[in-house]
Amino acid sequence: MLPNIGCFKTSLRMLARNRLASAGLSLLIVFVFLAMAAPLLTHWHILHAPDQQDPVGLDADGLPRTAGGDYLLGTDNLGRDVLARVIYGARVSLSVGIGAMLTATIIGVTVGLLAGFYGGKLDLVLMRLTEINMTIPAILLAIAFAGLLDVSGRTIHLHPAWLSWTFLDFSLKRGAVSVFLIVGFVCWPGMVRVVRAQVLALREREFVQAARALGASDMRIILGAILPNLLPTVVVLAVMSIANTILLEAGLGYLGIGVPPPAPTWGSMISEGQPYFITYPHLVIVPGLAIVLTVLAFNLLGQGLQELFGSK
Amino acid sequence: MIKRFFRRLLASLVTLLGTAFITFFLLNAVPGDVARVIAGAKASPAVIQEIHAKYHLDDPLGRRFLLYLNQLVHGDLGYSYVTGQSVAEAISARLPTTLALSGLAVVIWVALAVPLGALTARFRDSWFDRSTLVLATLTLSLPAFWLARMMQYVLAYHLGWFPIGFFRRAGDLVLPAASLAILFVGYYARLIHTNMVEVLDSPYIRAARAKGASETRVLFKHALRNALIPVITILGMDVAGLLGGVLFIENVFALPGIGTLAVQSVFNLDPPVIMGSVLFSATLVVGANWLVDLLYGVIDPRIRSAG
Repeated sequence: MLPNIGCFKTSLRMLARNRLASAGLSLLIVFVFLAMAAPLLTHWHILHAPDQQDPVGLDADGLPRTAGGDYLLGTDNLGRDVLARVIYGARVSLSVGIGAMLTATIIGVTVGLLAGFYGGKLDLVLMRLTEINMTIPAILLAIAFAGLLDVSGRTIHLHPAWLSWTFLDFSLKRGAVSVFLIVGFVCWPGMVRVVRAQVLALREREFVQAARALGASDMRIILGAILPNLLPTVVVLAVMSIANTILLEAGLGYLGIGVPPPAPTWGSMISEGQPYFITYPHLVIVPGLAIVLTVLAFNLLGQGLQELFGSK
Repeated sequence: MIKRFFRRLLASLVTLLGTAFITFFLLNAVPGDVARVIAGAKASPAVIQEIHAKYHLDDPLGRRFLLYLNQLVHGDLGYSYVTGQSVAEAISARLPTTLALSGLAVVIWVALAVPLGALTARFRDSWFDRSTLVLATLTLSLPAFWLARMMQYVLAYHLGWFPIGFFRRAGDLVLPAASLAILFVGYYARLIHTNMVEVLDSPYIRAARAKGASETRVLFKHALRNALIPVITILGMDVAGLLGGVLFIENVFALPGIGTLAVQSVFNLDPPVIMGSVLFSATLVVGANWLVDLLYGVIDPRIRSAG
């Protein structure tokens, strides 16, 4: 059921015809390339290191440098190269965004599949659970989670105090991994409804009925007949959700509970730049534009894919 | 109708109960002695013990949750461990700001999105439609906190049209509300556009045109009325998203609303206030969903009978 290469090529060609989507895709390719090549660029002395504090990074009064000269986009309040920090920030944002997307997609698709396929009581329970997760604004839930985690890491007891189930204890430090898990964990409910609706429709289709009549197990029907047909929807949802996860990651970074320093993240760059905003607007504008362009690129690509699969 | 009303109410209550339980459980997974937070690091063991007894900190989790529920039923959200203020009081003191901000934002974005959506549907695939689509996608890609800062920088600092801080009158909320509205206007303009395109193709619109109704009348009276029904639903279900935006906008503009309260409480590790703000926003969201569901039945008779 997976699209073969010919179909894949046609899809790519059709995507290329959509100007907005291809603009998004090109932008993403550039960003991903820059993010991946950043350490090499630093190694070849093309780019400063993101945490390098040069004596010339600040002017004679100890204030940031504006754009131009040795520093293409200026320096921040600690004399670090803003361009380098934005590019290294892309590494954090993209990896956290994609990790969170995977987390959200795995949870969302599993819940939607099970709810739609089995229906009945399981559906009721799962949908209620989804609804509960939707009642709390994602960012509020995310800051509540992130607030629980320390940079140094503390043990969290997932069992009541009167039960000594220490195997339920775990320690999670606040870092890239915990941030993408948190963001992923608050982003899945949006996918459930769409996936469930699709599964409900697919469940009644002839080929599923046929598979069932042939005595295929539930697992086989889900993996072999339903999941492949769900793929286009899941891809669109996943690409669109990266836009959301990157925004959430930036939001957490802005509030100071994202990936901890010295890692450069776009959100934390904006919050660090705020006190200098009036005199050195580039400290806020540059990382902000990086967020907007990346999220825009994912949104455009997602819309393009949606049109592509929708018009099938 | 009445049966539907009660069934939905029951479902909403179950959802809220679930929200309360999950948040409660989550907050109690946080290590660290709450008594130490309340009394300070140098408190004597006697004082710590007293606080433990007062807040039932040594009781099993299930019992504490029931105690909390009992409190809730009596309209008591507890007291902040940090400031000692009653949580209900803290929320109600900040409610007017949040309500005014979000209300104003909704008015601004609906006022912009309705004509944009209707006109782009009427002039489909024109440059006007295309550029609106790009702008709409752009508004979906803006981080709330950054947009708010930029608006403040350009409109308040450079152009001096709005006060930078120090909000005294309701009119001063226009800039924060406009920032909030920008985040949503694109999405709603597209939503109305999609619905309008569908509606404009339907037979009754052709009938209205054949009857000789003017284009404006067809567009804004006949078509828009039906195109807006699904939008109302989305608006009701979007309250959670709105509150998420409010949280950032309030923080950037330093507005004393629910959003700043929630963020503060997380940083203070103040469980009663976190619980209070989460439950409050959950109640708003569930309430809005419930209301929309009812309204929907009133607007569209087909749903009423399906109940």
